Amino acid sequence: MAETEKEVMAVSPSPTSGEAASSPEPVAAPPLSALSPSPSAEEPLSEAKKKIDVLLKAVGDTPIMKTKKWTMERSRTIRGLMDFIKKFLKLDSAEQLFIYVNQSFAPSPDQEVGTLYECFGSDGKLVLHYCKSQAWG
Amino acid sequence: MTDDKDVLRDIWFGRIPACFTLYQDELTEREAEPYYLLLPRISYLMLVTDKVKKHFQKVMRPEDISEIWFDYEGTPLKWHYPVGVLFDLHASNTGLPWNITVHFKNFPERDLLHCLSKDVIEAHFMSCVKEADALKHKGQVINEMQKKDHKQLWMGLQNDKFDQFWAINRKLMEYPAGEDGFRYIPFRIYQAISERPFIQKLFRPVAVDGQPHTLGDLIREVCPSAVACEGQLGQKYTSEFHGCTAPYTDGEKFQVVIHGIEPMLETPLQWLSEHLSYPDNFLHISILPQSMD
Repeated sequence: MAETEKEVMAVSPSPTSGEAASSPEPVAAPPLSALSPSPSAEEPLSEAKKKIDVLLKAVGDTPIMKTKKWTMERSRTIRGLMDFIKKFLKLDSAEQLFIYVNQSFAPSPDQEVGTLYECFGSDGKLVLHYCKSQAWG
Repeated sequence: MTDDKDVLRDIWFGRIPACFTLYQDELTEREAEPYYLLLPRISYLMLVTDKVKKHFQKVMRPEDISEIWFDYEGTPLKWHYPVGVLFDLHASNTGLPWNITVHFKNFPERDLLHCLSKDVIEAHFMSCVKEADALKHKGQVINEMQKKDHKQLWMGLQNDKFDQFWAINRKLMEYPAGEDGFRYIPFRIYQAISERPFIQKLFRPVAVDGQPHTLGDLIREVCPSAVACEGQLGQKYTSEFHGCTAPYTDGEKFQVVIHGIEPMLETPLQWLSEHLSYPDNFLHISILPQSMD
């Protein structure tokens, strides 16, 4: 359980966008240090390169997240991100969750968001769609 | 001169002899004989091991059986990597047959993905094909196909039907007239020593000066530690880099392996992508420490 807590802490809302003004659920409260604005501007280069911005969009009747833009470690896996979203939305951990890139393919759970960002990111962020049922092929 | 098309057939029919043995701690009612099987390199373990599963379940009580999984020398084998990648990465320096251990208990949640039906494999396979086409053609070719074409790709792989598969897959291997190749080459580079699953980046088939990129160019760009002497940065692209092995910092040597062979590093990447990709349309490349024997 302790591990899940840690994983949740490691994803922090990115305060660069307007919607981030609404405070996230307590469960996702990040450590203060991770709350610094836009890493690319404020943090040293090495730190900026380590973390990426991810935009999470709900599909269909899947609940939306009040905070859509998150900053996370490149090494975070899709599985880790699924666990985070489920916890954030208070979904049952056994419930299925699908994550899509380009509204087209579902990367396997052990794939790292950093790799997806490098191949499919645009405008400095990776857009991922999440859904409780299979949305695309 | 042989037709390049023959290469596709050779790749498709690549097989690895394997010997499956039940893990010692599994409970059986009678002794479980080992089971021998030729594994297709391009397929997935869970797609080709129904007979293995049946063979061992015959000697076990139903209550002792839960989800099947495999390991090689203690390393759980990820079914969602093609069989050939698992062998090249973990077992290529050992003798044949490949000794695989079969488990029905203690599923390693952290290492493996669950696979409770063939639908899971199909979804994974199609997702990889779509990802590859997103890199090659911005997804346009796969998206213009009909559902039945997608199904034909999958059925071709599942039933080991080369012609059925390639009748559709050839469309994914085309590129617009006037272009020198795909937009980007879909590749994944695996290293046995690495904790990361694999390296995947954007890499074009042709350099800005119009020269075709080679396998060597890709490895130097994406995984320089496997080909460069760190102390001699200025010389790292020189002729010390020949054949398929290259000096490493401490003199350790590496092999660049695709489908169990070491293609010449001068091979154009676009050609490799068209001929040596797995059915999921990715070039799966293993970088291995050179065996010392």
